[in-house]
Amino acid sequence: MTDFAFEHRYSRQIRFRHLGAEGQARISRARVAVVGLGALGTASASQLARAGVGYLRLIDRDVVEPSNLQRQLLYTEDDARLAKPKAIAARDALAAANSDIEVEAVVDDLDAANAEQLLADVDVVIDGSDNFEVRYLINEVAVKHNLPWAYAGAVEAHGTSAFLRPGHTPCLVCLIGYGARVGHDTCDTVGVIAPIVQWMASFQVAEVLKFLAGREDALSDAILQADLWHTDVRLIRMGQPKPDCPCCARREFVALGAGRRALSVTFCGRQTIQVRPQHDASLSLDALAARLRPLGHVRASDALLRFETGDVALTVFPNGRALVHGTDDPARARALYAQYIGM
Amino acid sequence: MRIRLNGKEVVLPDGATVDDLVRHYGLDGEPVAIERNGQIVDREAFAGEVLAEGDVIEMARFVGGG
Repeated sequence: MTDFAFEHRYSRQIRFRHLGAEGQARISRARVAVVGLGALGTASASQLARAGVGYLRLIDRDVVEPSNLQRQLLYTEDDARLAKPKAIAARDALAAANSDIEVEAVVDDLDAANAEQLLADVDVVIDGSDNFEVRYLINEVAVKHNLPWAYAGAVEAHGTSAFLRPGHTPCLVCLIGYGARVGHDTCDTVGVIAPIVQWMASFQVAEVLKFLAGREDALSDAILQADLWHTDVRLIRMGQPKPDCPCCARREFVALGAGRRALSVTFCGRQTIQVRPQHDASLSLDALAARLRPLGHVRASDALLRFETGDVALTVFPNGRALVHGTDDPARARALYAQYIGM
Repeated sequence: MRIRLNGKEVVLPDGATVDDLVRHYGLDGEPVAIERNGQIVDREAFAGEVLAEGDVIEMARFVGGG
């Protein structure tokens, strides 16, 4: 008779001396959310489901495509033919691999409006996303609700991963500021091979299993950076959180705030922040130019207005969208918008 | 001056800063974390952080794809 009994099913994990029966019991009670079910997310979700993590929430809005099959190991040609939502296809594949656990599929983008609802009730978040807008959101929910999360990214044959714990390690903003600009390399532009993704996902899951099993002492507290083409591996100690970090020290949750605030901000690169009103406006650039002329240098056309004052400049469009140049601080960008354009 | 960058010896002009190093590798504006002699360097401090002979630098790119 086939024996799926708990002790048998997870026997190799229980026998691993650093986990044991107690570690396995903790893992089986744990709840984990996976954001993004591309190559990273399917790799980590698969390992977590098979490891017996009791509850998995799989979040992705996309559908399976043929170009995914080279590295996204949970999907089949049928999934691609039917253009199945990734969250559903992944849930079905994982349910077939482990019927002990509960897997919830969420076919949606993670955004400022739903991030807390989707992430705040789990023990750990796994980042399987492909962009920093989502990662800044995960980071903010993690800090706000004291949740650890596992970052990873990979392109070509190189990747980076880190397990970030609020209060213990730097947060994403401590490490890279708000400097992640749009226009960096993506898997679509420069390609990617499966081994680097599997490695980065494996590092994420190893750290998550340590944490879930109550073995924080074994966590690396390091950034793993690896290049499988040039066979180069680096481990960088993360040290302490930044005492003046806008996110984890001052608790300014700008990415989360974007969903509810009248002005949403996005980072457009070094020293440029886009500020956008929730509803398109219909600005008279002539009138605005007249208001701003006493305050600085103004150039205006039908399409846009450029206003320079002190160390900052604003480019304003008739629909109310503005680019604030000269700051990386979203709060300052909002304040400048409110100050000079009004809201 | 000579420093070690990600395990390899690199020769830099005297007075070079962390920001110069990041620019040299075309990573200005990219999400990178820099560790200098075991300490993470604040992103805002890159331009003011002057490197010294024998520094051990680790530079990690935060990669976007997934």
